[in-house]
Amino acid sequence: MNYVGRSVLRVEDLPLLQGAGNFAGDISLSNQLFMRIVRSSLAFGRLVSIETEMAEEMPGVKAVWTRDDVGSIGPIDFRQVRIESLLDYRQFILAKDFVRYVGEPVAAVFAEDPYLAEDAAEMVFPDIEELTPTVDAAHPEGKFDDVLGTEAALIEKSYGEVETAFQDAHHVVEMELAVGRQSGSPLETRGLIANYKKDEDLLEVYGASKIPHINRDSLAKLLSIQSERIHLYEGHVGGGFGIRGEIYPEDVLVCLAAIRLQQPIKWIEDRREHLIAANQSRGQVHKVRAAVDQKGFITGIDDEFWADQGAYVRTHAATVPELTASMLPGPYIVPSYRSVGHIRLTNKTPAGTYRAPGRFEGTFVRERLIDEIAKQLKMDPVDVRRANFIPPQAMPFDRKLDAIGTNVVYDSGLYESLLNKLLEHVDYAALRQEIDARRLKDEQVGLGLAYFVEKSGLGPFDDVLLELDETGALEVITGTASVGQGVETILAQICADALSICFDKITVIHGQTNRITRGMGAFASRVSVMTGSAVHIAANQLKNRILNLYCEMVKVDPDNVIIDNGVVQCNDSTIKHMTFSEIVKEASVEITKTGDRGKVLSVQSEFNTSHMTYPYGVHLVVAKIDKETAMVILERIVVAYDVGRSINPLLVKGQIVGGVAQGIGGALLEEFIYDEGVQPLATSFMDYLMPTVTEVPNVEVIIREDAPSETNPLGIKGAGEGGITGVGGAVANAISDALDSTAVVNHLPLSPNRVYDLLKDKGPVAEESKVQ
Amino acid sequence: MKKVDIKLVVNNSEYEINLEPRRTLADALRENCNLTGTHLGCEHGVCGACTVLVNNQPVRSCLMLAVQAEGATIRTVEGLANGDKLNDLQKAFWEHHALQCGFCTPGFLMLATSIIENKPNISEEELRNILASNLCRCTGYQNIVDAVKSLQEKPRE
Repeated sequence: MNYVGRSVLRVEDLPLLQGAGNFAGDISLSNQLFMRIVRSSLAFGRLVSIETEMAEEMPGVKAVWTRDDVGSIGPIDFRQVRIESLLDYRQFILAKDFVRYVGEPVAAVFAEDPYLAEDAAEMVFPDIEELTPTVDAAHPEGKFDDVLGTEAALIEKSYGEVETAFQDAHHVVEMELAVGRQSGSPLETRGLIANYKKDEDLLEVYGASKIPHINRDSLAKLLSIQSERIHLYEGHVGGGFGIRGEIYPEDVLVCLAAIRLQQPIKWIEDRREHLIAANQSRGQVHKVRAAVDQKGFITGIDDEFWADQGAYVRTHAATVPELTASMLPGPYIVPSYRSVGHIRLTNKTPAGTYRAPGRFEGTFVRERLIDEIAKQLKMDPVDVRRANFIPPQAMPFDRKLDAIGTNVVYDSGLYESLLNKLLEHVDYAALRQEIDARRLKDEQVGLGLAYFVEKSGLGPFDDVLLELDETGALEVITGTASVGQGVETILAQICADALSICFDKITVIHGQTNRITRGMGAFASRVSVMTGSAVHIAANQLKNRILNLYCEMVKVDPDNVIIDNGVVQCNDSTIKHMTFSEIVKEASVEITKTGDRGKVLSVQSEFNTSHMTYPYGVHLVVAKIDKETAMVILERIVVAYDVGRSINPLLVKGQIVGGVAQGIGGALLEEFIYDEGVQPLATSFMDYLMPTVTEVPNVEVIIREDAPSETNPLGIKGAGEGGITGVGGAVANAISDALDSTAVVNHLPLSPNRVYDLLKDKGPVAEESKVQ
Repeated sequence: MKKVDIKLVVNNSEYEINLEPRRTLADALRENCNLTGTHLGCEHGVCGACTVLVNNQPVRSCLMLAVQAEGATIRTVEGLANGDKLNDLQKAFWEHHALQCGFCTPGFLMLATSIIENKPNISEEELRNILASNLCRCTGYQNIVDAVKSLQEKPRE
């Protein structure tokens, strides 16, 4: 029976449906203390002193820490896309000398009860001398401290002769485009529980997620202890989206306190804290121009952008700006290209990644540019895209750019073919006619497209350990993590097929640093590609081991043996069949005993790659503007996506639709707004507006497997991010089409106030972000 | 703060608990009754992850004090299945892939329970309006709507 390619129901769901999950907040250890963070209420200032006595004297309060108590702990380091000039902008676990954003941890209170910890935190009084904060990344540089300015780094990605392209251009299209600050905001807030076992010299950390092994090593470095002395355990995780699972100041405080106070420490943040203290993202302003010929072919793109990094540079360092610059050319040939990105500090919450980091922003920029080219050359936007696609015969296509330590080489893609499939699905000509007819009746309705290339399967490695025990049960032990995407199900599917055993016999282990030495975790749509490939390879090795053992036991030639549903059999029916269980029991060599599972046959394998794989897709949106309220109503969203190989179509579709919903938030609703004093104004779900079911129409999803990946054995391309990537661009293009005026749609999210300005035809609305 | 003794009736079981009067029903369920299936996503009444049924009406348990729930009939996600046997609604969520991370799921299950019990035959528009009470960040809602609709279309067993 084949599992890969089938919509197998998830093995993860049973405990989650019964309220039997094991989320961070559900874990309680006896004698635990609760941590509450005292946060800065000012955006920028000199930290003069902190009064803690009143809090410390409250009964039940065990300790109150300020910077002086944690002075030995260094700043939190980067984990990828390190640039040396960014090092001085790293964040310490408690504010040192300055506070730089509202929400910055200035003190930590440890108490016997969470309500009491909150009471005590109210009795801690920081004395802060206010300084003039930096509000806008695209404005002239401000001050980070007495020495450093706010431009932390400048990154440049380029190839080809850009200047020549513009000199020789038939036409030049220029735009200024901005995406507001947004974030993943998973439904479960951050949380962590740490327990130090003194007799074993072991720090146990519960509530880990995303990258447990990487975080184990980061924590070990920060706390100056050996990695082997820390175990991270991942339970259930209430959504990832980039924001969760990075090392934050609070995580380090929890671990440090567990060691120093010799009691388990539990920390669960509240939603306000999450919205002001966990990573934000997006927040870019682009000034971009394209050189085009008469037929709409783009001969060059020249882009300069300002990334609002917020108050500190956290674990992702330059990841988002680099991905923005490296992925901006998308599916188009673009013979010459230059992108210069300013990483600018402001006095807002520090920034990190959010699902499709850099691609959501870059796709909005590029696809708006395409539609603007079409508008100015009086062409159909579809034809402009057709004129620029990288053709199939050019694959693999070396983009001549690099990202996250890899060269960007598109492995495969039938870009125009996928667009055609989408246009056939909607009957583009008829749809266009229908929309034009409605517009004649004075409806403000429009159609928008956004094409994109995604990236997935970041290496460099993934290990898998398979343990088959005497009962025939198989444990698949991985170094990956689950943020709710269905890891256990799809890895079991891949394993069951490779090994020809029943899916039910398989248990997938993830996020447990005591079960496997190293691991890369779950981010960048990497799990299906990387861990999936490692499972496939390991399962094939185990299969060979089993076959060889069987052949030795029954003295037959391997050529005459097959495995079917966990039974090894010979085509000579006089020779006995053996189940996996019988083989493990009978085998006397290469058997290890672990724990209480009796004899275990184990195989460890790895998958390595130095290249990512590049899925691609296209979004189509039909949007209508309600003229009375300036609200945008999304009438139709269609996504065509080439996933290379679909392990579980139900889950792939789930990823796409879920991504689209977040994209709708990013296109229309969600924005971390700050006032001129850089006070955050979106600190609850009443102000940070995430889409509800009434804002999300039924999404039509076309999953294709036309261009399997050339970089992994199963041909898989990741599905985690493509759902969100094109939504901003497609919605903006649909609204631009609906307006049918000289007003330029150039700022996400397109909230009613922005659309109202566009309706008044005031022209560009991004005044507050205008480059100076 | 002085603690008080109260009795809560949850999923037909009685819990005699001692807590500060300021403790929310959600915290009392989770910490005092050890029923951690009810989740807290925002603690200000918007996300609905903490939705439970109080006298068969959906209630944000983060906005209600435990002492206010004394004497009421409380139902939580832990009371839906019969032992390990999922009920029709839980099964529909599973079959329709109506959950990913599962954090909002208990709230949606309780909200949907109230819809099925109190408004078994409503239009999709009305269904969507009610389901808009809760937030999900993973699924894009489509499968949640389909799961609840599947039970509306066929008579309950």
